[in-house]
Amino acid sequence: MIDSIPDLLQYSFFTNSLLAALLASITCGIAGTYIVARRMVFISGGITHASFGGIGIAWFLGLNPVAGAAVFSILSAIGIEFVASRSNIREDSAIGILWSLGMALGIIFIFLTPGYAPNLMSYLFGSILTVGPADLWLMAALALFLALFFTGFYHLIIFIAFDEEYARVHKAPVQLFKYLLISLVALTIVLNIRVVGIILVISFLTIPQSTANLFTNNFKTIIYLSILIGIIGSVTGLMVSYFWNIPSGATIIFAFVLIFGIAKVVQYLKFRSDIIRQLKD
Amino acid sequence: MNTMMAEILELQHVSAGYDGEMVLKDVSFSISELDFIGVIGPNGGGKTTLVKLILGLIKPLQGNIVFHDPGERNLIGYLPQVSQTDKKFPITVMEVILSGLMSVKQGFRAYHRSDRARALEILELMGISHLQKKSIGDLSGGQMQRVYLGRAIIANPKLLILDEPNTFVDNKFEHDLYELLGELNKTMAILMVSHDVGTITSIVKTIACVNRNLHYHRSNIITQSQLAAYNCPIQLITHGEVPHTVLGEHIHIHTHD
Repeated sequence: MIDSIPDLLQYSFFTNSLLAALLASITCGIAGTYIVARRMVFISGGITHASFGGIGIAWFLGLNPVAGAAVFSILSAIGIEFVASRSNIREDSAIGILWSLGMALGIIFIFLTPGYAPNLMSYLFGSILTVGPADLWLMAALALFLALFFTGFYHLIIFIAFDEEYARVHKAPVQLFKYLLISLVALTIVLNIRVVGIILVISFLTIPQSTANLFTNNFKTIIYLSILIGIIGSVTGLMVSYFWNIPSGATIIFAFVLIFGIAKVVQYLKFRSDIIRQLKD
Repeated sequence: MNTMMAEILELQHVSAGYDGEMVLKDVSFSISELDFIGVIGPNGGGKTTLVKLILGLIKPLQGNIVFHDPGERNLIGYLPQVSQTDKKFPITVMEVILSGLMSVKQGFRAYHRSDRARALEILELMGISHLQKKSIGDLSGGQMQRVYLGRAIIANPKLLILDEPNTFVDNKFEHDLYELLGELNKTMAILMVSHDVGTITSIVKTIACVNRNLHYHRSNIITQSQLAAYNCPIQLITHGEVPHTVLGEHIHIHTHD
């Protein structure tokens, strides 16, 4: 039994999972801020669950499940964004259909596949301790691309996300950026499924951002703060899950909710003391 | 005076609508430099459709919209209806004002120091310099309108389009707004949609009555009977025909032909 943190760091599985937590915090911090700002949480939930269909089919065909999930999630992301731009279709109902269709396909194909499906649970709930070098390289590439893309096109991204109609009036590449960004969101979701799982990945994309949003309304600051909160929450969750031997994905999310709760209390106390100070003046 | 000015754009026999329903039918109309046109008409009469056509947000079903200089990127500045944007979006006042420059930036590049200096001038002009670091969620309705107006004019457009700028704002702001619009009108044409006929006739130069068709009234003084003739069923402040129901009494800007 390993019982101290320095000992733990000698094991590659543990350093790998720490790196995974760091990269997940960066990718989810950036993509999640876009999701929260544009109120796309439900859309992202739909994309996440639709990707399970891709995992199931890839499994059945003997292909790489992550690749299957990537194809499925990008296609469903583009599909949802397309449906959303057509005013005569009810967007939330369409998402609901896609959401359950993906899960149904995933379950059907996994059961059709001969033999036992040992890793199914790890896709649903994540298994950060089994993340390997290949996963890490993919996550690092995505983190780098997201960072460069959001730095290079920061103002244009906000311009379009804030007031799409105004951006269209001024001939900004609205459609291109919307499709590009939703595809990046889909990729972020897929590559983080290994870390926290399909069921919990949406919270990695929303809880740190909502926590950051309690203290700032600046898009850039929300990105930085949610990356920081992501790192604190996921490393704490990882440690607790390891020492208490409970599932890591759930522990990480629980840590996020705990941080959100503390932040909410801090915000309340700050507002209260502000008011008291103003009353004294 | 207006007839001497160069034309900015022209609508030629334009019809438009949504989902198989015709909203505007055979509208011909042009906007010239330094025009100040008030667009009035009943709800559902097609005022917003007219604006969206000019902005290029919807395409005409029939007819053409011809721009005198289609290559120009700072042609139009636009103040949308307040309800249109997300008030909780994490964006600061400075960022919103600066985003008005996106229309003239080659390749939508990042902002220069000169852009920021220009934004500070606009903030000053709008009287909201102290709010530049605030996020839009912290603003009142009137402050929000100032921010959006700042965004609309920062690139010095040829034509400023305002869709119901006087909703959700207090009288003080409305007064300031009209004064500012009079000032802006010295360098740009303005097209302003409003349901509040009484106040707009006091500041505009001409009136367009929109109700499925468009009747262009080359004066800012209009009577109830003229409105009836234009098939524009809206009420002026005084009811009926007494005494001429002219709204010229509180004109701030006088126009001479």
